[in-house]
Amino acid sequence: MSGNPLLEVSDLAVSFNTEEGLVQAVDDVDLQVGPGEVLAVVGESGSGKSVTAMTLMGLTRGPNTTIAGRASFEGVELVAASDEELRGIRGNRMSMIFQDPMSSLDPVYRVGEQIVEQIRAHRDVPKDEARRRAIELLDAVGIPDATTRADSYPHEFSGGMRQRVMIAMALSLEPSLLIADEPTTALDVTIQAQVVDLLRQLNQSRGLSIVLISHDIGLVAEVADRVAVMYAGRIVEQGSLDEIFYDPQHPYTWGLLGSLTRIDRPRPRRLLQIPGAPPSLLSPPQGCHFRPRCPHAFERCPQTPGLEARLPQAPRHLDRCWLESEAKQELQP
Amino acid sequence: MSDTPLLDVRGLVKHFPVRSGLFGHSGDAVRAIDGVDLQIAPGETLGLVGESGSGKSTLCRAVLQLVEPSDGSVRFEGEELVGLRQRELRPLRRQMQMIFQDPYASLNPRKRVDVIVGGPLKLHGLASGAELRRQVQELLARVGLAPEHHTRYPHEFSGGQRQRIGIARALATRPKLILADEPVSALDVSIRAQIVNLLADLQDEFGLAYLFVAHDIGVVRHVSDRIAVMHDGKIVEQGSADQVCERPRDPYTRKLIEAVPVPDPREARERRTAAGR
Repeated sequence: MSGNPLLEVSDLAVSFNTEEGLVQAVDDVDLQVGPGEVLAVVGESGSGKSVTAMTLMGLTRGPNTTIAGRASFEGVELVAASDEELRGIRGNRMSMIFQDPMSSLDPVYRVGEQIVEQIRAHRDVPKDEARRRAIELLDAVGIPDATTRADSYPHEFSGGMRQRVMIAMALSLEPSLLIADEPTTALDVTIQAQVVDLLRQLNQSRGLSIVLISHDIGLVAEVADRVAVMYAGRIVEQGSLDEIFYDPQHPYTWGLLGSLTRIDRPRPRRLLQIPGAPPSLLSPPQGCHFRPRCPHAFERCPQTPGLEARLPQAPRHLDRCWLESEAKQELQP
Repeated sequence: MSDTPLLDVRGLVKHFPVRSGLFGHSGDAVRAIDGVDLQIAPGETLGLVGESGSGKSTLCRAVLQLVEPSDGSVRFEGEELVGLRQRELRPLRRQMQMIFQDPYASLNPRKRVDVIVGGPLKLHGLASGAELRRQVQELLARVGLAPEHHTRYPHEFSGGQRQRIGIARALATRPKLILADEPVSALDVSIRAQIVNLLADLQDEFGLAYLFVAHDIGVVRHVSDRIAVMHDGKIVEQGSADQVCERPRDPYTRKLIEAVPVPDPREARERRTAAGR
């Protein structure tokens, strides 16, 4: 990472007031994304990864939401920014793509028009120039015959092509950061591989920073520079891709990595499994949220461990577990 | 493998007519299943892999005679199913059960868990009264649910627990074959391993055979003895799990395998360098 981070999130907390009570969806989240860096946020459903991303985009604001903490992006404080300020950033400096591209595209407008509209909402450019730019973008994301396809409607594209259209639209104002929330989850495996290649290529050729949100830690291995593992609203471990895969420090990360099926390995009869299920965020366990499922829990665990560097040789490898480093070394699967 | 396969599918075809215009047929047909042959031995797991639209779910339905095959034969323990009447199918259905992908959509939200799991037992006249209750609680315990939760409704369970309810229901009639259509793809990773392990344990305990359908060849390899790869309604390759994954012959199988993310950064980098990406 060079120089100052592009995005720096500290102590972010998001809670929702629901009929059943207060849901602490995101708790004490710290993240940094450097220029040109790909940060993957990995977690299961309900871990808070999407809420974190949507909060950065200002999409969780509402009367029943409480947001605390700081998130600075290109010198702007996002949590405190006015809706108007956020509108100037969203889609412009920082944009987001979602799991289901069909629900993010307007079915009654041609895709080219939708990109043109997006460009002209933020920039004072003539229509034909915006259209030229839209076609360039569709071409850059790998849509064949972009000039003709710009006049097609969303339903005329396959799922993978639609996701490419979404990426073209997200890049139309040359943002410095793209947040991709499960961008390939709804796609077939072969198409998923193509979209991941496209993201990597955009990162390398344009220096685009990416926050990739995914439940699939295997997918992350293909593209991320750094990884944050989230569990029940908190980041439990954060480090470089290799640190997370080859020297994981948190028992939840061990479980995640152990439960993967590998096509390139002879199969064990049983997968390593994490017992139980993630807690309800209405009444999470006291202290470490993973404690009730953790085979190594001990008397310190009812106190919440901080997200800290615990290995002297790896100052940017952080984890949230009370176990001694030597003990972890021994327990690591 | 014993002499007679448990399930023997030959030349199975299912075409759906394509309607065009306001009325009637254009004469064309979608060839959802286009001449499929496959066999499953007792106690064996056959993995069926393919992408969306390849015909794998239609194949399951055609095997169970939930859709009427256009042509071909489906034999279960040597007995032909195609052309049988509903009444004649019923005793055979006891032997073949299905588990579905979406544990939220495949359980009736208005029925209690004991009614859902006990349903097949009642339907087939296998148990009633106190015996039914006892068997339901035993089934719930066997799949890892608390037997005392038998009076709860599906919404009171998590996704993984609901899939366990679906498995208990499928087990109720002591079937010999379970068709599992994407049984773990809607589940979170940590829960997925629990269900995969549960299916393996049940196989050991009851000698079950599985047709395990999934789009993820990684999971399929893990659970299967043999793998069949489906593409555009046809089986393009079939063989032992190791052979299909390590020495794929068909180009489509190769493409599927190459597309699976490698959960190992060093290997992923090497693979990219080799492919010039």
